[in-house]
Amino acid sequence: MADHAVVAEGDVDLSRRKFLTQATIATGAVGAAFAAVPFIESWSPSEGARAQGAPITVDLSKVEPGQMVTPVWRKQPVYVVRRTPDMLARVAGHDGALKDPTSEYSEQPQYAKNPLRSRTPEFLVLIGICTHLGCLPKQRFSAGELYPSWPGGFFCPCHGSRFDLAGRVFDGSPASVNLRIPPYSYPNPATLIVGEDEKGAAT
Amino acid sequence: MTVKTATGAPAPLPAERALRAKQGFWAWLNKRLPVDAFIRSQVTEYYAPKNFNVWYYFGSLALAVLVLQLVTGIFLTMFYKPGELTSFDSVEYIMREVDYGWLIRYLHSTGASAFFIVVYLHMFRAFLYGSYRAPREMTWLLGMLVYLALMAEAFMGYVLPWGNMSYWGAQVIVNLFGTIPVIGPGLVEWIRGDYAIADATLNRFFALHVAAIPLGLLLLVALHLTALHETGSNNPDGIEIKAKLGADGHPLDGIPFHPYYTVKDLVGVGVFFVLFAIVVFFVPTLGGLFIETPNFEPANPLSTPLEIHPVWYFTPYYAILRAVPNQRMGALLLLLSVAVFLFLPWLDRSPVKSVRYRGWMSRSALALFALSFVVLGFLGLQPAQGLYVVLARIFTAIYFAFFLLMPIYTRLDPVKPVPDRVTYHAH
Repeated sequence: MADHAVVAEGDVDLSRRKFLTQATIATGAVGAAFAAVPFIESWSPSEGARAQGAPITVDLSKVEPGQMVTPVWRKQPVYVVRRTPDMLARVAGHDGALKDPTSEYSEQPQYAKNPLRSRTPEFLVLIGICTHLGCLPKQRFSAGELYPSWPGGFFCPCHGSRFDLAGRVFDGSPASVNLRIPPYSYPNPATLIVGEDEKGAAT
Repeated sequence: MTVKTATGAPAPLPAERALRAKQGFWAWLNKRLPVDAFIRSQVTEYYAPKNFNVWYYFGSLALAVLVLQLVTGIFLTMFYKPGELTSFDSVEYIMREVDYGWLIRYLHSTGASAFFIVVYLHMFRAFLYGSYRAPREMTWLLGMLVYLALMAEAFMGYVLPWGNMSYWGAQVIVNLFGTIPVIGPGLVEWIRGDYAIADATLNRFFALHVAAIPLGLLLLVALHLTALHETGSNNPDGIEIKAKLGADGHPLDGIPFHPYYTVKDLVGVGVFFVLFAIVVFFVPTLGGLFIETPNFEPANPLSTPLEIHPVWYFTPYYAILRAVPNQRMGALLLLLSVAVFLFLPWLDRSPVKSVRYRGWMSRSALALFALSFVVLGFLGLQPAQGLYVVLARIFTAIYFAFFLLMPIYTRLDPVKPVPDRVTYHAH
C-alpha cells in the first residue's frame, strides 16, 4: 500500500490509539516490575550468610554465679547472665518505672514472656544489642552503680538507655522496648543452644 | 580582544573573527554539536546580577570540591580493597606505602568536610536572600536533592575505612530504618545483607559510594544549574533583574557570567584552597572532628566506642534524634528535620525576599535558627545526658518553630520598601 495521503481527522480511531498506548505502558510496567525482582532480591542475606547464622552451643558449667558470658550468634553478641538469688530479687519491685514490664510489646519467645524473661530463673539470655539503635549495653550489675535507686542491669553508653536484670527497659530511656530474646533451649542443664528451640532453628 | 560597550555587554564580533566562525573546523563542529550556542547562552551571554557579594562564592566552590572529590576518589579506588578483612588494611596501605597516598586520602577526607561547610554556607545564603522563593523553587528543590545525595554519599564513604566508628555509625544509622512499622526489621536485614553490618554491607556501600550515588549527584547538579540558568540568579537585594531590561534586551543590572564572575569565582577558589591546604597538611583530622579518633581502630562488632556520634556535619540531626525519649518519634523527627527544608518556598509568606528589607521578626527568627543549628551540631558531639539533653530539646523546639511559625511571622513582619534597582557601588 503506497498511499501516503493525509488521513482525515475524523478517520483516526482515537480510542483505539489510546487503548494501545495504555496497554503498551501497562505491559512495560509489569515487565519492569518483574525485572526489578532479581536486583532487589540480590541484597538479601546470601546462602553463606544464612549458613553462618546456624544455632550455637554454650557450655553453662563454666559460667560462675553473677557472671556474664558473651557468645556470638549471627554476628550479634548474646548476653548469657547467671543470676544470683540476690540479682533475681532485684528484678522485682520497680515495675512502675518500666516502659513494658510485662513484655507486651517486646520481642521474645513465648517461654520467656514472664517477669524474669527466661525459661529458668537462673539464666538470662538476651541479644546484647540495644533496641534503640544497636549499640552494646554495658553491664552495670551492682545495685546503686548508676544512681542510688539503680537496681542493677544494663546501660547503653550511646544514648543512655537503661535496662534491668531481666533486660526490661526503664522509663526515660530512648529505647522503647525491652532487649530482644532469641529462641533458645537446654538439651541438658549444663548446655545452652542459642538460635534453636522446640520449634526448630530460627528463621 | 573583546571590546566592551557601556552596559558591559560584549561588542559585536570583529569582522575577522566573524568570518572565521563561518568556516573551518569550528563551523563544522557547531553544525553538528552546538558548542558555541551553549557557551553563549550559559556562559558568555548568561547575565548574572552585578551586585553579588561574598556569599555567592559558595556555589562555585561546591563545584570545585565536587571535582576534587571525584578525582581523589577515583585514585583512592585504585588502591582501596573493599571487604571485611581488607578494607582497614588497604587504607593503612594507602597512608603508608602508596606514594603520596596519604595526600590523596587526606584531600578526600578533608574534601568531605569541606563539601558540607561550603554547602551549608551556600544554603544559608539562600536563607539570607530568599533565593528559594518563586520563581526559583525548582532550583531549591533540586539543590535539596543534591544535599540528600551528598548525605548518603558521605555516610557510605565514612563506612569504607572500616574503622570502629565506621562500623558503629553504620549500625546506628542503618537501624534507624528498623523503626519503620511492620517492614522495618526486614528492611534492615535487606540493607545489611546479613544479620549484622558485615562484609556484604561494606561491599554494597562501596558500589553505591563510587558509582551509583556519584552518577545521581552529577545528574542532580546538572539539573540544579539548568533550573538556575532558566530563572537567572537571585541577588542580595532579592529583586528580579529581568524586570528592568536595557535597549540591548539584557538586564540593566546584569553582567555576563564570563568574564566577570569566572574571574571572581577563581579568586574565591584560590582563597578556598589556601585554607583547605592548611587543614590537609597541618591538621587533617582536625582534632578528631574530620576523622574521628575511634576510627583508627579496626571495626569490632563486640566493642562499642565509648561515645558513638556521626561526623560533625550530621550532628545537628543526631542531636534532634537523641532529644526524643521515644525511638520511633526520634527517627520521625530526624526525618522531618531534613524534609522540612523542602517546604521552605511555600512556608515563607514575606512580601520581600532579602533579609536586607525584612523586619525584626524574620531577622531574629533566622538568627535563632542559625544558632540552633550550630548549638545542635555541638550537642550532637556531646554525650546524651543531663543538661545536654535539656538543651537539645530546647533547640530542637526552636529549630522546628522557625519553619512551622514561618507563615505567621513572615506575614506580620514590618518590612522595608525594596528599591527599584540593585544596590551597587562600583569598585
